Amino acid sequence: MNVTLAHTASKENSPSASDNDLSASLQSKVLACMASRSPIQIVGGNSKAFYGRAPQGERLSVLEHRGIVSYEPTELVITARAGTRLIDIEKVLAERGQMLSFEPPHFSNSAQPDVVSTTTFGGAIATGLSGPCRPYAGSTRDFVLGAKVLTGKGEILKFGGQVMKNVAGFDVARLMTGSLGTLGVLLEISLKVLPRHEAEKTLVFACDAQEAIQRMNIWAGLPIPLSGTTFDGGKLYVRLSGSAAAVRTARTKLGGELLTADADYWRSMRDHTAQFFQDASPLWRISMPAASAQLGLKGSWLLEWGGAQRWLKTSLPGNIIREQVARAGGHATLFRGGDRHSDIFHSLTPALAALHHRLKAAFDPYGILNPGRMYADY
Amino acid sequence: MSDINKTAFIAALHRILPAHAVLSSTEDLHPYECDGLSVYRALPLAVCLPETVDQVREILQACHQEKVPVVARGAGTGLSGGALPLTDGVVLSLAKFMRILEIDPLNRTARVQPGVRNLAISQAVAPYGLYYAPDPSSQIACTIGGNVAENSGGVHCLKYGLTVHNVLGLKVLTIAGELLEIGGGALDSSGYDLLALMTGSEGLLGLIVEVTVKLLPKPESAQVVLAAFDDVGKAGQAVGDIIAAGIIPAGLEMMDGLTIRAVEDFIHAGYPVNAAAILLCELDGVAEEVSEQITRVGEILKQAGAIEIRTSRDEQERIKLWAGRKAAFPAMGRISPDYYCMDGTIPRKHLPAVLKRIAALSAEYNLPVANVFHAGDGNLHPLILYDANTPGVLQRTEEFGVKILELCLEMGGTITGEHGVGIEKLGQMCTQFSALELLQFHAIKHAFDPLALLNPGKAVPTLKRCAEFGAMHVHGGKTTFSELERF
Ligand SMILES: Cc1cc2nc3c(=O)[nH]c(=O)nc-3n(C[C@H](O)[C@H](O)[C@H](O)COP(=O)(O)OP(=O)(O)OC[C@H]3O[C@@H](n4cnc5c(N)ncnc54)[C@H](O)[C@@H]3O)c2cc1C
Repeated sequence: MNVTLAHTASKENSPSASDNDLSASLQSKVLACMASRSPIQIVGGNSKAFYGRAPQGERLSVLEHRGIVSYEPTELVITARAGTRLIDIEKVLAERGQMLSFEPPHFSNSAQPDVVSTTTFGGAIATGLSGPCRPYAGSTRDFVLGAKVLTGKGEILKFGGQVMKNVAGFDVARLMTGSLGTLGVLLEISLKVLPRHEAEKTLVFACDAQEAIQRMNIWAGLPIPLSGTTFDGGKLYVRLSGSAAAVRTARTKLGGELLTADADYWRSMRDHTAQFFQDASPLWRISMPAASAQLGLKGSWLLEWGGAQRWLKTSLPGNIIREQVARAGGHATLFRGGDRHSDIFHSLTPALAALHHRLKAAFDPYGILNPGRMYADY
Repeated sequence: MSDINKTAFIAALHRILPAHAVLSSTEDLHPYECDGLSVYRALPLAVCLPETVDQVREILQACHQEKVPVVARGAGTGLSGGALPLTDGVVLSLAKFMRILEIDPLNRTARVQPGVRNLAISQAVAPYGLYYAPDPSSQIACTIGGNVAENSGGVHCLKYGLTVHNVLGLKVLTIAGELLEIGGGALDSSGYDLLALMTGSEGLLGLIVEVTVKLLPKPESAQVVLAAFDDVGKAGQAVGDIIAAGIIPAGLEMMDGLTIRAVEDFIHAGYPVNAAAILLCELDGVAEEVSEQITRVGEILKQAGAIEIRTSRDEQERIKLWAGRKAAFPAMGRISPDYYCMDGTIPRKHLPAVLKRIAALSAEYNLPVANVFHAGDGNLHPLILYDANTPGVLQRTEEFGVKILELCLEMGGTITGEHGVGIEKLGQMCTQFSALELLQFHAIKHAFDPLALLNPGKAVPTLKRCAEFGAMHVHGGKTTFSELERF
């Protein structure tokens, strides 16, 4: 009955339709905003509404632009519309023994069984955030093969494709990844997917931060199937994923205590449901060379990615944090909490900032797409 | 540019560089007249061989001021005419930038100059048990700068990714001489992903003057399986079967009968010369894992109809089996005066059908084709064998090549998997992309290089050119066309 209802209802308005192409209506909305020069805030599942500078403008929802366009397990490629729920994609992949290897965060309390994650595929790509396995398996953009985008000129353009190797034209699909909707509305994305690991185990070691940084990086330089590392509350957590033989061998080599319920632990890291993240104080994401020594900034720390991604809860002023981080060869993002009208992302050098401006203008000459979400002036 | 201006411009270059680093006599220019796609040749105004980043900047500024186009050049092994000189332009060679600036074993990165050869990086970091993963067959010669500019792949890209997956940072000079520091030692940077945009940009956006690469630990063990088939289609099918079984080999390459025999005559790798096709499948990891997977892959290959299966027993045998693959291009050079290397990618499942269609086209054009390629990625390299001295044959060869690329597009693939568009595939770009998409590429170029001085006329065709090719119907009348002249 429900099925019939979904079919008889106007396709565009039916929230239950799992296959729904709204490209044309999204395009006419962008064209209208272009004509009136009105800013648009692009919204998916709203799970990352907290991220970036404060949104402004009329909401353009891509939530109902959904559906898996094609999925061929033997080609290791999935193509889906931006509004498709991430959980739906993950489910379809899991049924065929595959996965998104970059473990995109849901940030929508997916740990609670009664809360359904609304996180969209498009939102995951537009923010470009990756989960615990990022340093070992690659980042979101590493898996992007192609994208169909709606630019600020109201044009629907396709870049990249559905094959593993493709160097025809500039790599716009990867440029779109993490651009926070400032260059275009993502309509459809093709991603490379991979087989799920046969085995997974998490080992725990008690040590201090410096020793943890050393170990994580020494081990990453050895043929060990690492898939996640955190240093959290005086403990080093090391996840191993791969063939049963590889995981077994590494486990024997590394020692440590085995962590039970380890899937929950890594999900709580991925989605920030872990205790560390349940805090109202400003949360900074610091990205720096993995083996860098701990910074002397006061606050509480959690290290991920072998030390390449570090979380800092602190009330220190942004300029102090950024200065130290930059000196260590990294950049700092005010990830959550704090003043969303200030600089959320690390400032760019004048030459790079000017180039960003020109690139933005190349895709969105009227500055209508998510203006100010990434940087204040565009 | 008039002769007088030429002389003045060359004099200006001499003020930036020592005498030996500016070449402008016809004799000196000849070695630079083409890249690996030697059917296209042109002599530039001058070749510059700077040794410092400051010199590169000054050359760029001089070119910018005089509106002289600049073609960057690494080792010139490119196969799409990317480094082909422009007659009124300067070739800026990065060949002297051969220093490895820093190796950071704990962070697993190396900072290198753009003229460092691909293989030299892996050699330099080998003492730390690390290597740089992308391994184009040209790796003894090609430069890392060229690899970044082309987003080059190699035999091990199936598991370890392309150049874009293995580069962390770039230093780039714009045509105006501004230095852009993109990425670095961290895994990401703020702002747009310019690293991805620069990778594969074919020298159109900026001059790469430094590269920070990611290094990987060498696998504990690696073994290669050779499987022979009596039918090319069966070999193609077996490729999909391996992936479908959830196995991602480190490399999965295919060679057809013609290639096998040419290679065997050349380097005696021990390949079965009567086979219609062979697959080389490398598995790596910890020893136990590798032997398990070797067994599984062996079973899949047998199921797929392999008539012979061999597994390398030691490192020496493994290297010998790969040596044949790596020598495939030169081996073809021995059996044919010329060959034309194509580079399309298709969804793997179409391999058997596409190989059959290529064989039919080969008969139709009466030109032999040898196939040796990255089968696991669906990246085809049909080599069309021809003799350029036979009148009319080059044109026929190129027509045949175009047919192959169009076939790749028809199958949902792309006209280039790793060799780039260069000057060669401009026409097929008009088929693969719409007019608006091409204009978007031009707008990106314009953001970096408003005067279009960096490798102009390569990689992205003008709509005017597409209209001339007849490959695209440009609608929209005069307004569209009047805009074109800017690009
Ligand atoms: C026998 C043979 C085998 C090959 N095998 C493979 C293979 O397996 N996989 C593969 O991907 N390719 C392969 N190639 C193609 C070629 O080797 C690669 O494209 C390589 O990356 C080119 O490097 P290069 O230093 O020779 O660059 P060049 O040919 O000199 O230049 C290539 C392009 O890059 C630009 N460029 C060069 N340096 C810079 C710089 N510093 N800054 C900005 N732009 C620059 C040039 O302008 C040009 O457009 C093969 C070629 C040959 C001849």
